[in-house]
Amino acid sequence: MKHFISILLLLILVLSACNGANTNSEPRTLTVYAAASLTEAFTEIGDAFEASHPDVTVAFNFGGSQNLRTQIEQGAPVDVFASANAKEMDALVAQNMVPSGERKVFLTNQLIVILPEENPAGVASLEDLGKPGLKLVLAAEEVPAGRYAREILEKLNAMFGAEYRDKVLANVVSNEDNIRQAVTKVQLGEADASIVYVSDAVAVPELQKIQIPAEMNVVAEYPIARLGGSSNPDLANAFIEYVLSPDGQATLKKWGFTPVVP
Amino acid sequence: MSQLRKSFFHSKVLPFTEWLFILPSLLLLALLALPILALLWRAGAAGMLLFLTQPGAVAALRLSLLTSSLSVLIAILTGTPLAFVLARRKFTGKTILELVIDLPIVLPPSVAGIALLIAFGRQGVFGSTLSSLGITLPFTTTAVILAQTFVSAPLFVRAARIGFAEIDHQIVEAAYVEGSNEWQLFRFLMFPLAGRAILSGAILAWTRAIGEFGATILFAGNLEGVTQTMPLAIYLGLERSLSIALALSTVLVFVSFLLLLVTRRLENHKDGSSS
Repeated sequence: MKHFISILLLLILVLSACNGANTNSEPRTLTVYAAASLTEAFTEIGDAFEASHPDVTVAFNFGGSQNLRTQIEQGAPVDVFASANAKEMDALVAQNMVPSGERKVFLTNQLIVILPEENPAGVASLEDLGKPGLKLVLAAEEVPAGRYAREILEKLNAMFGAEYRDKVLANVVSNEDNIRQAVTKVQLGEADASIVYVSDAVAVPELQKIQIPAEMNVVAEYPIARLGGSSNPDLANAFIEYVLSPDGQATLKKWGFTPVVP
Repeated sequence: MSQLRKSFFHSKVLPFTEWLFILPSLLLLALLALPILALLWRAGAAGMLLFLTQPGAVAALRLSLLTSSLSVLIAILTGTPLAFVLARRKFTGKTILELVIDLPIVLPPSVAGIALLIAFGRQGVFGSTLSSLGITLPFTTTAVILAQTFVSAPLFVRAARIGFAEIDHQIVEAAYVEGSNEWQLFRFLMFPLAGRAILSGAILAWTRAIGEFGATILFAGNLEGVTQTMPLAIYLGLERSLSIALALSTVLVFVSFLLLLVTRRLENHKDGSSS
């Protein structure tokens, strides 16, 4: 028995020494909190980042920007935060949780109308969104995408006449807590239409789309920053650098975002 | 028993063996009670006032009480006969059937929501049948009630089934021999004897229905006054500000606590009168 234990100890010692000799640095995890709309693009960026940093694992938490902000405020250990709107990021800057000057806009996003593949309500134009009986889902007003959608309806109101906005809002059957939920409900054919990010529409190619003219559209700026409390500041900076690099921006463009670095 | 209790509370120094029970209990109690206390502490009395001024908060509370009451009513009306049959009869496939009934208890609510949507959604498996009858379920208050019933009724059936099964077989046999039919057996013997189990099952189902979130937001969506129950309003409130979510949470804690208190009173009262 004594023999067995000493062999075991020796084995552990040798193995741990091997481990130290094999890798120059310990495996590290970079924690990134990112807006739900970034799910596909950042997953791909994370894979590429891991490929160029073999000892690093990128752990993502995708969710509504406001929820992520609350989690960060309550002490979640986060290295990088990518928000779908300025408001949540600025709140963290104001609380000194993000060092001022760290915040960078890394992409812009616009909105688009999506319809299910079969288009059961026969929506052919933006004006049709006001047709009585249409089932429209929007992101809730509390969510950035929901606010933008209502801003767009306000602008379209001027074009289509005074009651357009009210008629469209009367068709809302659900205010989803997350823009991806709205996409799913249209994809499943449960809702007749929704107003979502162009990037969300790109992620689900089978959906039908109606463009919103640029002058009626909203340009959403996404800021990214390293958190002041990050335990991997060098890695966090490297990740943000990669997001802003031509490679990172190309990936974002592929998923329907508008890059800020041409 | 009373002697044991006395020694537990009156001895100055607790023996080591007592601490074996007390220390783990305190740990669990701390985990269960501290978050609720912290919530109440942070929200304070101001939280209750904030609740009343929040648009949609009162509507959400009213909707929650209405839908959960209807859900528990459906559970009682359909679940009691089901539990009775399960407790009385033996048939092939009974074990499987009981597992199917229990399944929603252990499923994550998100799975429940997706399953409901895929079954009863407009494009769902039974969607075309429903729409030919002129019924569309998603995004309606009915969908909220169905989601709540789906996740809470199994709790009721389980409790009622155990209640019926625990009744002494000999009493039932005796009544049977004396010529009671199935209805008389249920009405005058088994329902009164299983009353407590049925009542506590109903409470459990009711509180579960009030707390239902995942299945509701997936199947019924979120619209003020129609499908936005308290848990949904709390979640959305969190996206506006923590204090709003706190205010709504505090009220839900109080409402749930009151419900439990009232029903516990009822239970005790029943106990006293029957003994």
